[in-house]
Amino acid sequence: MIELIIGKYTYWISITLMMIGFYAMIAKGNLIKKIIGMNIFQTAVFLFYISTAMVKDGTAPILWQKANLYVNPLPHVLILTAIVVSVSVTAVALALIIRIYKAYGTIEEEQILKMANETPNPKLVVNKGEPFQTPNTAK
Amino acid sequence: MINITEHLPVLIIVISLMSAAIIPIAGRFNRHYSWYITVAVTFVSFLISISLLNRVLNTGKISYWLGGWQPPWGIEYVLDYLNIFILLIVSFIAFIVSLYARHSIEKEIAEHKISTFYSVYMLFIAGLMGMTLTGDLFNLYVFIEISSLAAYTLIAVGRKRNALMASYNYLILGTIAATFILLGIGYLYMVTGTLNMADLRELLPPLYESKVVLTAFAFFTVGLSLKLALFPLHIWLPNAYTHAPSVVSAIMAATSTKVGAYVLLRIMFTVFKVEFDLEVVPVTKILLVLSSVAIIAGSVLAIAQTNIKRMLAYSSVGQIGYIVLGAALINQTAMTGSLIHILNHAIMKGTLFLVIGAVVYKTGIEDISGLRGMGKKMPYSMAAFTIAALSMIGIPLTVGFVSKWYIAMGALNAGMWYFVPIILLSSLLTAVYFWRIIESIYFEDANTEPQNAEYSQIRNPDDAPLGMLIPTLILAGLCLFFGVAAFLPVSIAEKAASMLLGGM
Repeated sequence: MIELIIGKYTYWISITLMMIGFYAMIAKGNLIKKIIGMNIFQTAVFLFYISTAMVKDGTAPILWQKANLYVNPLPHVLILTAIVVSVSVTAVALALIIRIYKAYGTIEEEQILKMANETPNPKLVVNKGEPFQTPNTAK
Repeated sequence: MINITEHLPVLIIVISLMSAAIIPIAGRFNRHYSWYITVAVTFVSFLISISLLNRVLNTGKISYWLGGWQPPWGIEYVLDYLNIFILLIVSFIAFIVSLYARHSIEKEIAEHKISTFYSVYMLFIAGLMGMTLTGDLFNLYVFIEISSLAAYTLIAVGRKRNALMASYNYLILGTIAATFILLGIGYLYMVTGTLNMADLRELLPPLYESKVVLTAFAFFTVGLSLKLALFPLHIWLPNAYTHAPSVVSAIMAATSTKVGAYVLLRIMFTVFKVEFDLEVVPVTKILLVLSSVAIIAGSVLAIAQTNIKRMLAYSSVGQIGYIVLGAALINQTAMTGSLIHILNHAIMKGTLFLVIGAVVYKTGIEDISGLRGMGKKMPYSMAAFTIAALSMIGIPLTVGFVSKWYIAMGALNAGMWYFVPIILLSSLLTAVYFWRIIESIYFEDANTEPQNAEYSQIRNPDDAPLGMLIPTLILAGLCLFFGVAAFLPVSIAEKAASMLLGGM
């Protein structure tokens, strides 16, 4: 039992982090907090990957130093790519939130849903300028 | 000199990615250049995929090593009967929709955003084609994220502010899905030390009972079901399709969920073997139940809608159920049906969304009432709509009949006759929600409600511009052509199905 908890503590940490992030993504009403949750969620998976690469007493995998026992470099490389992906997702999400704030004047999901339901289907304005004309936007 | 034909499998993705960078620059000189480039590039990728199809039919499987690195160390692109079929669908629909896009986009999107729109469109296509071609799991994850990121952006340019929330919700769910897939890849890498799909197929069988592999499979299934919008995980889809610009709804409905379905098949049947799905985990039973619920629920929910794009979106949820049902029955006939349905649904839904795009272009109305009396005003578009709608119902001589026939026969072959009534019931429900539209198109007087009054004044036929009409009619024609000449796609789909079920 102790072995299960202490010996695999990295896994427990990433599971805990993952659940915290997952909870925030689902339960939080604030759009920015959801994105923070998403980042925690993704980072938990990254930490999990990195911890699987660990080799006890291993060194850095450098060829010319003739390292015999070295940590697995591949998960690190994969996670570098995954971090780039996660940064892009965060950037797109934040850009969307800026647009949502401009269109609705709030970033609380409840209020946005209320506003979306209140407005019946108005005639679609076919225009070539900015598509959003909302009275509620706080200037 | 490098031999170009040898490098075609990677070139088809490279030109799309490169064009995504060039289009905004060209658009700075002249807005129209960006559309010309998009059409040219999608046409070239369609030609490349035809030539690849030719090579696959002649020589069998193609394996392309990126940068000359030998797999499993390097990334490998694999082309077999299954993914050349999907690649053809994606590149063809991308070409047709980009032809159509010009007028529709100019009306629905602000002028300064047009050239970047085409750029993101090409990124989306590149991501989908990459997902189709790759033989490496991590590369698959990267392409999934490329296409999803592009999709979030494409949805968000919709005209109403609801589009933003639709895009945001899809982003949250899509990221959960992609992270689940990433975690699944991590588990498989932990136990096997490889990311190459063919290599995994060889290394996994001794580990089938391992909890790590089972968990990996669970994460893959849930993540991909979210991506392809299988029933309980479909909530992002209706809003996304409803609020996106018409062109984006068409391309997403026709390709993105289909590629998701392809990836699910690829993981279930080529990374894992059929024995795993049948004996180790009850995944096929779960998928059978979920897909039958999806078929019925999608049709029932579609009946309740008044917005026509939302109705088509719910009908998509039902049609995805057919694809998964055919795959989960695990026999040759049903699998063939499922693969043809990927093609057929792409054509049918593509046509329907393109027609709705034309109606929105002319009248700006997305409600079903907006179609009243349109049979006289937009005769060609409405003819295309009728053909595609009949095909969705599954009238013989249209494509919808072929795939439903194969799936129903497959269900009988598998001894599971109770799926046949489900298919029949759903066809009936489909007839209900399409027939009320066809009826109001042809047998009701034009809509004279104030919001449509302006357009009702027009007495003579006033169809969409040719640039929109021709692509729509080509797709509608294919609904009939492949319904009659069904042997063309069936011959490829049969080979792909036997490859999936019988081994590489």
